[in-house]
Amino acid sequence: MATATLSTVQLAPGQAAWRRFRRHRLALAGAVIILVLVLGSAFGPYLLPFDDTYIDIMKRFAPPLSGAHILGTDELGRDVLARLMMGGRVSLSIGIVAMVIAMAVGIAVGAFAGFYGGVVGAVLMRLVDAVLCFPTIFLLLALAALTEPGLVTTTILIAATAWMAVARVVEAQVRSLREREFAVAALAFGSSNLRIMFRELVPNAIAPIVVAATLNVAKAILLESYVSYLGYGIQPPAASWGNMLNNAQIYLTSAPWLAIAPGVAITLAVTSFNCLGDGLRDALDPRMNIP
Amino acid sequence: MARYVVNRLAQAVMLLVIVSGIGFAILHLAPGGPLSQFAVSGQMTQEDLDRVTRQLGLDRPLPIQYLDWFGRMLKGDWGRSYRDGETVLSVISSHLGATLELMATATIIAVLLGCWIGILGALRRYSLFDTLATVGAMIALSIPTFWFGLVTIYVFSVKLGWLPAGNRQTVGDGSFLDLLHHLIAPAMVLALVETAMWGRFMRSSMLEVINQDYIRTARAKGMPEWRILTVHALRNALLPMITVAGLQFPTLLGGALVAETVFTWPGMGRLFLDSIGYRDYPVVMGILMFSATMVLIGSLLADILYAVVDPRIRVG
Repeated sequence: MATATLSTVQLAPGQAAWRRFRRHRLALAGAVIILVLVLGSAFGPYLLPFDDTYIDIMKRFAPPLSGAHILGTDELGRDVLARLMMGGRVSLSIGIVAMVIAMAVGIAVGAFAGFYGGVVGAVLMRLVDAVLCFPTIFLLLALAALTEPGLVTTTILIAATAWMAVARVVEAQVRSLREREFAVAALAFGSSNLRIMFRELVPNAIAPIVVAATLNVAKAILLESYVSYLGYGIQPPAASWGNMLNNAQIYLTSAPWLAIAPGVAITLAVTSFNCLGDGLRDALDPRMNIP
Repeated sequence: MARYVVNRLAQAVMLLVIVSGIGFAILHLAPGGPLSQFAVSGQMTQEDLDRVTRQLGLDRPLPIQYLDWFGRMLKGDWGRSYRDGETVLSVISSHLGATLELMATATIIAVLLGCWIGILGALRRYSLFDTLATVGAMIALSIPTFWFGLVTIYVFSVKLGWLPAGNRQTVGDGSFLDLLHHLIAPAMVLALVETAMWGRFMRSSMLEVINQDYIRTARAKGMPEWRILTVHALRNALLPMITVAGLQFPTLLGGALVAETVFTWPGMGRLFLDSIGYRDYPVVMGILMFSATMVLIGSLLADILYAVVDPRIRVG
């Protein structure tokens, strides 16, 4: 008993966090599912004998598990599993790249606002509040309607509507960390403001940033599915989980499997990233989630 | 109190100015700017376009154009739809009722169900019910609303034949029961995410309250448990939910857009998508600004109401 207590005390912060994370079963399951989805999308297409854009009019609407097509074929006779995997590449990449852009913008805005405070901080944070007034889907669609749809624009637009939450988190962190001894020490040491911001303050706020980043991926995947489903995101013949559901409603009666596979994939991916984010929050900062 | 309200109002006005600035910027991002519709139609020569540009004052400096545009927005002149020449405000208001009906129904379902789940989860923390509710909420927050709508249509309309697959009423019917029949599925779909959010917030609010000293005091003096829960715990746990209602509003509006699209519900969200399809920029911009203003007013009202019921807020 005594040794057990002792060894817990001696755990490094990283080890303690890993222990807490391991106990969070939902988060672990999420991490495993994400790994499976990523590997499946990355390498799966090489294992399949079908091309995701190969049209075979003779084999339209083959139901799942009938013959060679495991998940069946769509209205043009394309293999649903191949499209699901290629769509996974697109949807997951958009989720991750949009998150990286949103984090970069959010961290920059939040760090500047939190560090300088005063008028600069107030203006930047009111800008954050103002963008948050627009319901995300409305803003995203309005912007998408004004630009040429495609992989790059969709990614950038999703990032443009998702950076505000991060900015708020970082601003609050930087504002409170700025007064701590190590920040004052760095200032006394003659470090430049930029160096203090991005080498001292932001790294110390890494826990909530990592949590926000994970939840951001979930949000970005969800948003991609919305714009693509509504026809303003990834354009056919390229597949994404969202645009695979584009025509699913028309064939709902005759070919429901077209709607099931991509929907399950999106829900699995988004749930997994959300669970992972929750688990990371509990593991990295137990104080953040007391109730 | 008055000071808090004035402060909060001033903040809201400032936000409205920034929001309008963003809206104006987006309008000028449109390919060809506000005149793109005429340029695309091909019926106007470059000289015509230049003349119209001058007549509409589009050659003036941007800040002046912005002030002009903002002034007209304030006066209620939001321009006219490219599609049928109706004023933007009348087009929006003719679709607003359907959206509000859907949003209100979904909110009522979500508040009742979500609060019930949250309270029960908090009282029986870590029970089977609580675990299921937590996992369920996580999945509900992650399901794409449109896909849940498709599944609902497949199950309840295609397979079971219980509910209509879309529209607000049967043509030629429109009785109360008919309207209600059409309302069930889209309201249910829209309520899913909201219920999950209300449940999560209610659970943590309730947990916070039942660990307070005054609850322990009430128990210590022998007050019956149901009275502790209703009079002391619930009343205090429900207060922060006012803020949740304000926070929910943007998600609710966005969800309504998606639910309306799937269920061909003739509301503002569907109008927005149709207008995007027609490149009807005045209506698109109008709805964008209108929804942002609604969100702004919603959070203002939530904050003020919260300050009214909870005196601690006014000081801060």
